Amino acid sequence: MKPVVEVQNVGMKYQSLNGEITALENINFSVRDGEFVSIVGPSGCGKSTLLSIISGLIFSTSGTVLLSGEKVTGTSPKIGYMLQKDHLFDWRTIYQNVMLGLEIRKSVTKAAKDRAAALLKTYGLYEFKDKYPNQLSGGMRQRVALIRTLVTDPQILLLDEAFSALDYQTRLVVNDDIYSIIKKENKTALLVTHDISESISMSDRVVLLSKRPGTVKEIYEINLNNDKRTPLSTRETPEFRYYFQEIWKGLDVHV
Amino acid sequence: MSMSNLQEKRNIHMDQSLDISQEHKDYLHKVRMEKISVRLIQLLIFGIALLLWELCANAKIVDPFITSQPSRVFATMVNLYQDGMLFHHIGITCLEAFVGFVLGTLVGTLIAIMLWWSEFLCKVLEPYLVVLNSLPKIALGPIFIVWIGAGPAAIIVMTLAISLIVTVLEVLNGFLTTDQEKIKLVQTFGGTKFQVLTKVLLPASYPTIINALKINVGLSWVGVIVGEFLVSKAGLGYLIVYGGQVFKLDLVMTSVIILGVAATVMYQGVVYLEKVLVKNKF
Repeated sequence: MKPVVEVQNVGMKYQSLNGEITALENINFSVRDGEFVSIVGPSGCGKSTLLSIISGLIFSTSGTVLLSGEKVTGTSPKIGYMLQKDHLFDWRTIYQNVMLGLEIRKSVTKAAKDRAAALLKTYGLYEFKDKYPNQLSGGMRQRVALIRTLVTDPQILLLDEAFSALDYQTRLVVNDDIYSIIKKENKTALLVTHDISESISMSDRVVLLSKRPGTVKEIYEINLNNDKRTPLSTRETPEFRYYFQEIWKGLDVHV
Repeated sequence: MSMSNLQEKRNIHMDQSLDISQEHKDYLHKVRMEKISVRLIQLLIFGIALLLWELCANAKIVDPFITSQPSRVFATMVNLYQDGMLFHHIGITCLEAFVGFVLGTLVGTLIAIMLWWSEFLCKVLEPYLVVLNSLPKIALGPIFIVWIGAGPAAIIVMTLAISLIVTVLEVLNGFLTTDQEKIKLVQTFGGTKFQVLTKVLLPASYPTIINALKINVGLSWVGVIVGEFLVSKAGLGYLIVYGGQVFKLDLVMTSVIILGVAATVMYQGVVYLEKVLVKNKF
């Protein structure tokens, strides 16, 4: 299969008055169509920076990123970005929040409105469409945030610590929820997380970055004997512990 | 705290009112009694103060020529009304305050947008803003009068000068404290700088702008009265200065009281506006 995301020799340096910081160095990996890939690494290794580079929000100081073979020169409608918090706008209703991306891209058409309504219906939020975000639970808000992204019909989803603002129990449920939605909508996903369990439970592959300057240390293929895998059921498989140990060793954490 | 949550709590409260416990009844009773006694004492203080003022003046304990007294204030008001001048003076002052207030808010917000738009411009202008913010704007009064001429225009410019810089700084601060991640969200959808402004910054700064409005209401009255002190042929500030010069303290007291009422009405107007605009959303 042809890769939808190719990261080639990407490096990133930050300039400041106190000197130069090399955040990322010589990063190489790719993501195939329909694949779910996680990026884990110690804090401050530049995981989120890497995601911002892939999305075209910032530009790397060396190397290139290709989306379906085309060089990234700015934000692209092929990409949907999910941030750490849901960032629903308090002053907009759920429906207006879902339409935000379409409004910005000036593509509010009849078809787009229907798609938004259909997504809200499918994922049980249609009856809340005229409510304001503060009337919804954390899990529901996260689901609205995903629909806000999905309604612009991106090919690739970038999830930047997208679950870390949730409490642990909610997080497990939302992991399952979002995972099934992503699979159902047939999206390619790239998740940045500092949570090893989360990365194994959701991904086909896990990319491990080293500490700063971040570079690819190891790529783990997650192979499970589990046909109907969900993030929760993956956590119960015997292989889960094995991968956890491997990645944990790779992370090489010292306090 | 969001308004809607409060609303919901109130609704829950209503639903339960059919079968409430004795303790809850007692609690509600206590809250109501407290509210009533606060109101009563407020009225009492007002009444006693008026009465004391009137009696002391009648008994010559204080000299009503200097302190005036409620009955004289009332008579002055009736006199002004009969001359047809009461609403003329009130109208002029309110109009000047309102125009200055609206202009201050609009122009201040526009300047804040410009400063946010260009970080370079903001850095360049910073020392000027600091000086202008520190300068007592009243000192500029004579300059405005010479430049613009003695009249309502100079008074409005005075009002504008007093409220403008505060508005700029308040609104700009609102923009700069807006969650960067919300801005990033708009950018991930390919949003332009203008869209960041209209989709995030302005709506998110609504509460800040309303807050600036509240400060501005007070400041624009200061500007108008100072302006009228310096130049004018009509308005409440004119009546106060004129009354002071000819030793008609009745006129001064009457004007101050009317001024207090007018300023309160305008402030409450902004509070009402806040309720309408921000309701249910924050």
